[in-house]
Amino acid sequence: MINIKIEGVPYQVKEGLTILEAAKACGYEIPSLCAFNHGECNSGSCRVCLVEATGARGLVASCVYPVSEGMEIRISTPKAVEARRRSVELLLSNHNQNCQQCDKNGKCELLHVANITGAREGAFAGEKTEVFYDDVAPALVRDTSKCILCGRCIARCANAHGLGILGFENRGFHTIVAPAENRSFADSPCIQCGQCVTVCPTGALMEKSEIDKIDEAMRAGKHVIVQAAPAVRASLGEEFGYPVGTPVTGKMIAALRRLGFERVYDVNFGADLTIMEEGTELLGRLTKGGVLPMITSCSPGWINYAEYNYGDLLPHLSSCKSPHQMQGAIIKSYWAQQKGIAPEDIFVVSIMPCVAKKFEKEREQEKVNGIPDVDAVLTTRELARMIRRSGMLFNRLPDEDWDQDIMGDYTGAGVIFGVTGGVMEAALRTVYFKLTGKEYGKIVFEEVRGHDAGIREASIDINGTVVNVAIASGMKSASVLLDEIRAGTSKYQFIEIMGCPGGCINGGGQSYVRPAFLPNEEDDILDTYKEKRAKALYSEDERQVIRQSHNNPQIKELYEKFLGEPNSHLSHELLHTTYAAREGFND
Amino acid sequence: MIKLSPVAVAKIEAICDRYAAEQTPLIMILSDVQKEYGYIPLEVQEVISKRTGISVAEIYGVVTFYSLFSLEPKGKYVIGCCLGTACFVKGAQNIIDKFCEILGIQPGQTTPDGLFSIDALRCIGACAAAPAVSINGQVYARVKVDDVPNIIKSYREKGGAA
Repeated sequence: MINIKIEGVPYQVKEGLTILEAAKACGYEIPSLCAFNHGECNSGSCRVCLVEATGARGLVASCVYPVSEGMEIRISTPKAVEARRRSVELLLSNHNQNCQQCDKNGKCELLHVANITGAREGAFAGEKTEVFYDDVAPALVRDTSKCILCGRCIARCANAHGLGILGFENRGFHTIVAPAENRSFADSPCIQCGQCVTVCPTGALMEKSEIDKIDEAMRAGKHVIVQAAPAVRASLGEEFGYPVGTPVTGKMIAALRRLGFERVYDVNFGADLTIMEEGTELLGRLTKGGVLPMITSCSPGWINYAEYNYGDLLPHLSSCKSPHQMQGAIIKSYWAQQKGIAPEDIFVVSIMPCVAKKFEKEREQEKVNGIPDVDAVLTTRELARMIRRSGMLFNRLPDEDWDQDIMGDYTGAGVIFGVTGGVMEAALRTVYFKLTGKEYGKIVFEEVRGHDAGIREASIDINGTVVNVAIASGMKSASVLLDEIRAGTSKYQFIEIMGCPGGCINGGGQSYVRPAFLPNEEDDILDTYKEKRAKALYSEDERQVIRQSHNNPQIKELYEKFLGEPNSHLSHELLHTTYAAREGFND
Repeated sequence: MIKLSPVAVAKIEAICDRYAAEQTPLIMILSDVQKEYGYIPLEVQEVISKRTGISVAEIYGVVTFYSLFSLEPKGKYVIGCCLGTACFVKGAQNIIDKFCEILGIQPGQTTPDGLFSIDALRCIGACAAAPAVSINGQVYARVKVDDVPNIIKSYREKGGAA
């Protein structure tokens, strides 16, 4: 510990901290932009966090300047206050200030620091950097007119995935953040996971909104059916002031119904269906000598990564579509049949914690007879936007239940799909039953659970059959397992891979976790939000009476009345897909 | 997109391997590639990325940051006009303007016959010789606007010959 003073008050703080971190520990939030998540990004480039410190020449950027014994720090001297204001004004001078049209409004950190530093309008008006706008990729929009060159997106892409799709380009006034050659995300090996969007402090990186498509479909009198993924319920509440990790399933359903959707379903039904198909596929590969290890295919970010970087390993991927695609395919076939509605008149909307799903739904390989399974994908954030514009007071909505017809039942196994290790656990519950004829007594496979990036592994002994499994989320972790397969040294039979670190609970479409906008959360919310959201899902699993996919009564009915059996001919037509290696920098 | 020959790929990989022990090898690799090929297109950056694990975006960022590196082929003779402070106050702008006028290209561009490129350089460290011009490593000291036609002429006479 060392002794410092902040505004004349003595404190003891840990050695090695930056002034920003030390001040935070002492109860000061110095305005900052480029510093993010314990130094995940610390470019020191935005100059918003300037303070006075003894022993330093002039003002220092507190995010990169370490504290030292006896240091006296002054945050609110007129000199420091004016300097921070100037820094923000300089950023604003090159910033497209059409805030009222910006979807980041309300969560924009630049606007936030502009407010608290008292930045004045037009302080440095003049020439602006040439602007590039990329909305070619189905999932992402990049608007350089909003970029403040903080580098947070660059750091996240490298940290989560080891990818580094984005980088600084050119120099000086012409500097932009872009994929190489200032290409579109669509023409670079970007996996469209949206992690960059979740850390961008401004509207420079956003999901591509599809709210308009839904308005159009409703106007056209289509049967607009909505289905929401498990992880959404663990994050949507954050948009309306609930503590991080509060499950808001009932209110979300009530909101969806009031937004005018004809049917409100849970993608958990699709998740149960996925387990039936994928579990059967795994058993087939295990017993009939198929390609092993088999790897899950629920995460479209991961699929993109595999197609770009591991084209030779695609036979290892399960041929199963992801749950919402499966459910969409069933809505437009079996459900349509039962209701006497033509598939062309149905418009399926998926509410997802994900932006890559926006890309996935457009894949040719996912279509059945040229008809897409899903017509629009909204992120958790877009759903919140729809709820806000409707005037609904979310917090006052009653708790309602999903529509029950045909695909209303779901199990605890489906719910946990939203967290890393969840698909694995759900599959193991069913595979155990298929191999032994009885349920796994403990239900829970604790050893595969987690809530963050990194690799977990387990050996599951099922009646003498040992199944070695591994779980990875974030492509940096995944590549370790994939390189083992490539080298022929992989010891696993079954691997779960999720694109985003921690799985869907931390998906690119989830509510932004910004300490500056969450004053009632603990200081360490950036360390704990994934765990909190995961808990919301695990607790919903615990509350379910039925916790294994194969025991879902409506799933049984679907197979009896329509599909026949898992991996049947019809299943393959509707519920399975194919993959193809892709060039990263295509022209 | 151009496809690199296996020989070219092997050569670029060999350049990367020269600096395998370095902590930050990128600029050295790029310098060697620039010297070897005269430019560093995206295809080459991809090869370097695969070999070193440095992302293409980062490599592209470095290539576009330093004026020494070029994304497009340079002319046989690269006319580097120093616009550093000392050269500038000694009238370097007029010198570069004259080169541009005679050759009909702008800084950063190459003549259609592939003979000349013009680069606007920051300080090249030859302030005592201001205004200085460096052509393929040969430095011309205290250049006057009237010298420019003759300098160009001397290289035209050498022509495409080495």
